[in-house]
Parts: sequence; structure tokens; C-alpha cells
Amino acid sequence: MTGSWHELTLIVNEVPLRTTVPARRLLSDCLRHDLGLTGTHVGCEHGVCGACTVLVDGVPMRSCLLLAVSVDGQAITTVEGLAGPDGELSAVQQAFQDCHGLQCGFCTPGFLTTITAGLIGCPDPTADDAREMIGGNLCRCTGYLNIVAAVLRAAELTRARSGEVADAAVDSGQVP
Amino acid sequence: MKPSAFDYRRPEQLDEAIDLLGELGPDAKVLAGGQSLLPLLSMRLAAPKHLLDINRIAQLDFVSCGADGVRVGALARHAALERDAGARAVQPLLSAALAMVAHPTIRNRGTTVGSIVHADPAAEMPAVLCLLGGSITAMSTNGQRIICASEFFLGPLESALWESELAVEAFFPALPPQSGTAFAEISRRHGDYAVCGVAGLVTLDDDLRISVARAGYLSVSATPLVLDLTDAVSGRTFDGDLSAAGGLASAAVDPEPDIHATADYRRHLVGVLTNRVIVGAAHRAAREITGNGATQALPMPGAQP
Repeated sequence: MTGSWHELTLIVNEVPLRTTVPARRLLSDCLRHDLGLTGTHVGCEHGVCGACTVLVDGVPMRSCLLLAVSVDGQAITTVEGLAGPDGELSAVQQAFQDCHGLQCGFCTPGFLTTITAGLIGCPDPTADDAREMIGGNLCRCTGYLNIVAAVLRAAELTRARSGEVADAAVDSGQVP
Repeated sequence: MKPSAFDYRRPEQLDEAIDLLGELGPDAKVLAGGQSLLPLLSMRLAAPKHLLDINRIAQLDFVSCGADGVRVGALARHAALERDAGARAVQPLLSAALAMVAHPTIRNRGTTVGSIVHADPAAEMPAVLCLLGGSITAMSTNGQRIICASEFFLGPLESALWESELAVEAFFPALPPQSGTAFAEISRRHGDYAVCGVAGLVTLDDDLRISVARAGYLSVSATPLVLDLTDAVSGRTFDGDLSAAGGLASAAVDPEPDIHATADYRRHLVGVLTNRVIVGAAHRAAREITGNGATQALPMPGAQP
């Protein structure tokens, strides 16, 4: 028995991608094997480690605990979609670099996606908020201190960048 | 770590789903959030021939609050129920317990009804449903029936649902007047299954003395356990010595040992956590009665660990 096969469209990092997968294909494997996006890492494959976290319609979810066919038509953001079109690091990515928030980097894609969404709901986190935000992600290198620092730094950078955007808008006369 | 092959169906209407379930019967498994089912499939502890995905049935995605309690549709995510301001007001125990369900990322996808139907004895929401005396509404081609929480959990991972039935709704009764609730659990790591967890409900009389004290337990028995602790603390003031509750509870449980905790340690936790939630719930009840007056300045000892 091979099970049913399904043609589906995933809007991955704002690009619609079509593929055909067996029903049992996990979203994590679909992204990596069918769509060639290997930035999403697969650690424990049962929802404990958080390495495979992606955003589904902007909400962090474990891609190893989703069937690809189940999210047909939905918007998926992977780590490949975080940087700007010109390759400029996102605020969270820049903060990880600034604070040395990674060593081997295996867990990093899951942290980056989780924190990117987390800062939208909690734009001015305390250190406790930061720990709660990353409570579902395992890192075996850093001991988390630098990751917590990176969350706080990312919030700072996000504020600074939105300030720059606002300043630029004022300079260009778009807003008074 | 990959699921075995299965056929996948994704109905968009409730009656279509119920017909399909009736047709496919014992070979089918319902997929809601899948945060417990997908690991079971990946580890091949379960290998259904058909998976019936209910994620597109919009009419099951609701949280509705009334004076009598909170109704939660089969597609309402834990996170949605946790954030729902109406649910918080009608039954504050829900958000207190949901904050302990796995991690936020899991709660974004996992559903409360799915967790209850999964009937894991280490899960929070089955114990909450039992303590509050809630119910599950199930539908099949034969019609609808309402199953009381006390009759719903038959054993570990085993519920009273028939193979042809879909659980469509959970009902959590409202907080009774002059009452308070609290939830506490101990786990080895943040977000892990609890070694022991306790939900408490206390009702006070007009003199702020305890008239009802009950607690619901997870991870101490094969199905959620509810103990009536009223005899131990009845008539005592809300801020008096309530430790007899923990004593009664730890004598009443018969936990199993496993790799996470010995039976003795679990029994010890039952006593300690019972006292925390009973004290916490009693203080909340007092605050409810006095309207944030005299008791507001009082600490809430151990309402959360």
C-alpha cells in the first residue's frame, strides 16, 4: 500500500511552489526534499527540539508535526525567507551574529523563526519573556545565555530599524 | 521516524466528515492539531489506513462563552482558548492550565478537544475537564450524544468515543459563585509532561470559610483523578492552615513509578501541590467575594510554582 498522493501548492517565502507528495510526507521533509529548501533542520522529528520550526501564516509551528498536504495553500516562512531581498540580515539574524547566539548552528533556523514571530507579539521583551519565547527550542552548544541576549538585542534592532523607516518617511515627505 | 502510508481525506463540512468516519470506521483516525498523533505516526506506534483531516471544517473552530460555561470546538487551538478573554472571565482555570500545556509553538497547532480525546493521563486538559465536571459532545451517523467527563476516560490513551464518532465540542462549566481555582505542576524540564500536576477548586461561604475543596490530578493514575478534599478543610478560614488537604490527597493516591519519578516522590508531590493549589484557589475565592478588598494585599502562596 502506497497511500494517497496529493498535488499541492505551498506559498513558501512568498513564492507559490507546486509539488506532488504522498499523504504521509511531513512538511519538514517536503521543504527539504521536494522543494530543496534545506535551511529548515530536522532534529528529533517528534516535536521536542524545535529545530524544524517554521511560520505557518505567520505563526510558529513544528514542521515535523505537520503533514505537507494538511497545509496546502498556506503561507510558509522558513529561515531562507528571513533576510531582505538584497541579503541584508533580518534584525533577529543580525542580533544572533552580534551576540554570538549560535555555535554549531544546527538549532538556529528554529530559533530564528520562533523569535521573529515572538517579537511581533512581544516587541519589548524582558529576559523572562525571552526565555519563555524560546522555551520550546533546544540548543546544546550555547547554554542559552547568548540566545536570550540576542532576543533582547533583536528587539532593540527592530525598534531602531522601524525608527529609521519612520525617519526616512519623514525625510521623503511621505509623512509630516 | 516517518509515518507509514495512509490515505488522506480532508472534508470541508461537518456532515461530510461524519459520513466519512462512519464509512471508514475502525481503519480511520481523525487528525486535528496532530501534535500528539504525528509523533505516534512517525514512531509507527499507530498506523491507520485512513487519516481524516478536520482542519478545514471552519464550523468546528470556535470558543463560545456563556453564563453556564465555555464551549470549545474541535478545531479551537490551545493558544486561541488560552488567549480568549471571555473564557478567562468565565472559567479562569482554563488559561492557567493551558499555560502549562507543552510549549507555545505546540499550543499554536494543538487543539484542546484533541488533547482530551487523546486521553493521555499526563495531559492537563483532561484533568481540568474532570475536575470541573465538564462533558464532550460526540457526533456520528447515528446522531449526537453528550458524554460526561467522569465517563469519558477509560484508560491511558483510551476514551469512551466510538470508532464512528467525532468529538465536536468540549464543555467546561463556569466558575461557581464564591469560588476560586489554581493550577500547579512539576516537570523535569520546562514544557515537558508533568511528573505530577494538580488543578484545585475551592468554594467559600459568606464568612470566607471553606465549604467545598476539590482537586483534579494528572500523571498520578491511569485516568484523570478527582478527589473531594472538603472533609479535610471544611469550615476553615481561607487563610488558615489548609495542609490537611495535602495529607488527605497523598494518602488517597496510588501512583505508579516510572523513569521520571518513584511512586513515593509522586505521592509527596501530590501532597505539596495539593496544598499549593488549595491555598491559591481559596485566596482567589476570597478575593472574588470581597471584590479585591481586604484580601488583595495578601500573597497568593504557591498559586503557580
